[in-house]
Amino acid sequence: MNKQQILYVKVAVWVLALLPLVRLIWLGFNDNLGANPIEFVEHSTGTWALVFLLITLSMTPIRQLTGLVWQIQLRRLLGLFMFFYACLHITTYVWLDFALMWDELLIDVTKHPRILVGFAAFLLTIPLAATSNSYMIKRLKTNWKKLHQLVYLIAILAVVHFLMLVKKDLTEPIYYAIALVLLFGIRLYYKFQTNSKAMLKAKAM
Amino acid sequence: MIILSKSAINPSNIQPSEITAREVFDNRRGFIKAAGYGLVAGSALLLSAKARAASVAGGTTEGDGRLLGRANASAKVDKLAANAGTRIKISNYKKTAYGAGEKPTKYEDVTTYNNYYEFGTDKSDPAKYSSQFKARPWAISIEGEVKKAKTISIDELMKLAPLEERIYRHRCVEAWSMVVPWVGLPLASLVKWAEPTGNAKFIEFISANDPQTMPGVRSPILDWPYTEGLRIDEANNPLTLLAVGLYGELLQNQNGAPVRLVMPWKYGFKGGKSIVKIRFVEKMPLTTWVKSGPNEYGFYANVNPNVDHPRWTQSSERPIGTGLFGGRVKTRMFNGYTEQVGQMYAGMDLFNNF
Repeated sequence: MNKQQILYVKVAVWVLALLPLVRLIWLGFNDNLGANPIEFVEHSTGTWALVFLLITLSMTPIRQLTGLVWQIQLRRLLGLFMFFYACLHITTYVWLDFALMWDELLIDVTKHPRILVGFAAFLLTIPLAATSNSYMIKRLKTNWKKLHQLVYLIAILAVVHFLMLVKKDLTEPIYYAIALVLLFGIRLYYKFQTNSKAMLKAKAM
Repeated sequence: MIILSKSAINPSNIQPSEITAREVFDNRRGFIKAAGYGLVAGSALLLSAKARAASVAGGTTEGDGRLLGRANASAKVDKLAANAGTRIKISNYKKTAYGAGEKPTKYEDVTTYNNYYEFGTDKSDPAKYSSQFKARPWAISIEGEVKKAKTISIDELMKLAPLEERIYRHRCVEAWSMVVPWVGLPLASLVKWAEPTGNAKFIEFISANDPQTMPGVRSPILDWPYTEGLRIDEANNPLTLLAVGLYGELLQNQNGAPVRLVMPWKYGFKGGKSIVKIRFVEKMPLTTWVKSGPNEYGFYANVNPNVDHPRWTQSSERPIGTGLFGGRVKTRMFNGYTEQVGQMYAGMDLFNNF
């Protein structure tokens, strides 16, 4: 793909990635967010943050499986949309859900493991978003890659956060857990392959 | 189709006085309106509703509208379901002072935002998937340590005491709340009628469990049938209500038709719905949620802002119907009913008996 085509794809990503937000605004103005609109927005933004996280994490496995490389250029944009929806999620939680009742919030974050896990995941995304620009990539050099490996931990925390939210019926979060395990599995498989190939090569020499 | 099956209540069980021409007329209009929605929303809506019905039938449910345009669709299905339910006015009930000054939550919210896992785990599932459920005719079996161990029909039950309207605050363990204008009779009147023996220390309430009409019970999310229980003094407390209606009408299926328990000082899950068996027992019954998570749900489940839940903050709650910017209010001890129920728990360790 040439630069022009990548640009078109990026524009498409922007439009598509903003649709979930547009949808919420649309539903909100039409009084269609249900009996518990705060919970609805909270769950929707949280789920979309997780979806963008999983899409971001699938760029490399796509390369490994198909050999395509152009989609790697979308990774930063997709990751930032994950951060965008995570910010909306946490804003909904702090401002709409807890109405800035800080004493109640403190209790909720410290006493409830699922909130603590989700909060930790959000905090970890901040340094990643802050260092996503080209300047920081150049400046941090090899450390940048190490830092951004935090995304694996964030993904695990996010899925656990979702699993812990559900009272009884785990069906939905389990789909996300399976998706994450698959994405990790592909990476590990290819990592193992290249490692053993390198070892064979080393032996041959 | 939903509409047709809903109106298939056996007419012989409805007293003529309970039906007004206006209600029938309104329902017809509801049907036309519902049909209109169906046409406007088109096949996409129907397909998504069908897909969801199929997924529930298969024993799984999915999150509601978190990701895609399903919120819009489901909101419309909700309206369909709400309109589809035959709304039958209760003709003879008296108003009471309970809940004077409280503003009841909108009818639409009370009938579309429900936890009733027998019909699915999403809040909108009960309104959508309870249309096959038949609440009439209905019999309740009274068993155990009583002199009158016999079966009583819903119509007989509704005549045990004069029906009254009570506007109660309803607090869910998930930290949301509503105000519901129930119609019912004190459970105490049934207890008195049944003539419990000296051995009756607790009462066990068992809910309907019909896989044919309750898609949720086809999957083992909870140990069916849903079982709840009360101490005999709690059952006799004047606040404890056997609700048969809300907003002056017979209960909708999603709200626990034809009869359910309401204890406004306890978390909502204590109020068993669609009750088929009332068993007087000597030992504290093992209730469904206690069985499913003993560290999360207790037998007493009294609303208590000082005893936290591993998942939800219990010191505050979100009133339903206050919109996106409605925020939260502080939760009160016994949901604000300390005066009426506090003495039953005097000297009891409420932290360990949560």
